[in-house]
Amino acid sequence: MNPFAISAHPIDAAGLATGLDHVSAGACVVFEGRVRNHNEGRQVVGLDYQAHAALAEAEGERLLAEAIDRFGLRQARCVHRVGTLGIGEAAVWVGVSADHRDVAFEGCRWIIDELKRRVPIWKNEHYADGESGWLHPDPAPPPAHS
Amino acid sequence: MNYRLLYFASLADRAGCSSESRASEATTPGQLYAEVAAAHGFVFARERLRVAVAGRFVDWDSTLADGDEVVFIPPVSGG
Repeated sequence: MNPFAISAHPIDAAGLATGLDHVSAGACVVFEGRVRNHNEGRQVVGLDYQAHAALAEAEGERLLAEAIDRFGLRQARCVHRVGTLGIGEAAVWVGVSADHRDVAFEGCRWIIDELKRRVPIWKNEHYADGESGWLHPDPAPPPAHS
Repeated sequence: MNYRLLYFASLADRAGCSSESRASEATTPGQLYAEVAAAHGFVFARERLRVAVAGRFVDWDSTLADGDEVVFIPPVSGG
């Protein structure tokens, strides 16, 4: 399996974790982002995620390679869901392994932050009042050649 | 020239489609965005978007080729 994947199927966390195995890794950190029932004061009943799959996977692979370089990770993997998700479902899974825990925590945190900033995936929130809306956060986009 | 455009998220909602073929005099992504933003009523200033051509992020003043697939990327919200 590719290190970064866009998937229409539920995330298999246990299966993904085996991809972090490395005999030199003494630390493994996993982040799972889940669908919560509220955002910015509104009650959320579910989400749709949409991605430009080819571009997201290419950008995601670049991002993981950068993280491995930057933090000296042994393994780094990520899966992001697309499609309709219910409350409590895992939307994104990021896992890293490293020789020691400090870089594993830092590397995992960096990957999820960069993913949210760079990777072409969009979230459509469905609210309890029947409205819905795509989220397009404000910060300026990263440069074309980051 | 003819371009293939893909739309995502609120741009797809606003355009009423997820893709279209478009004949245009535009030769850069910046010119093409100005044209389709006017045609579809896109509200995003170009500064808030990125653009990808043939599967790669490119600069707004890069040169387009006939048949290119062009994707305007609105602010992302994965995670």
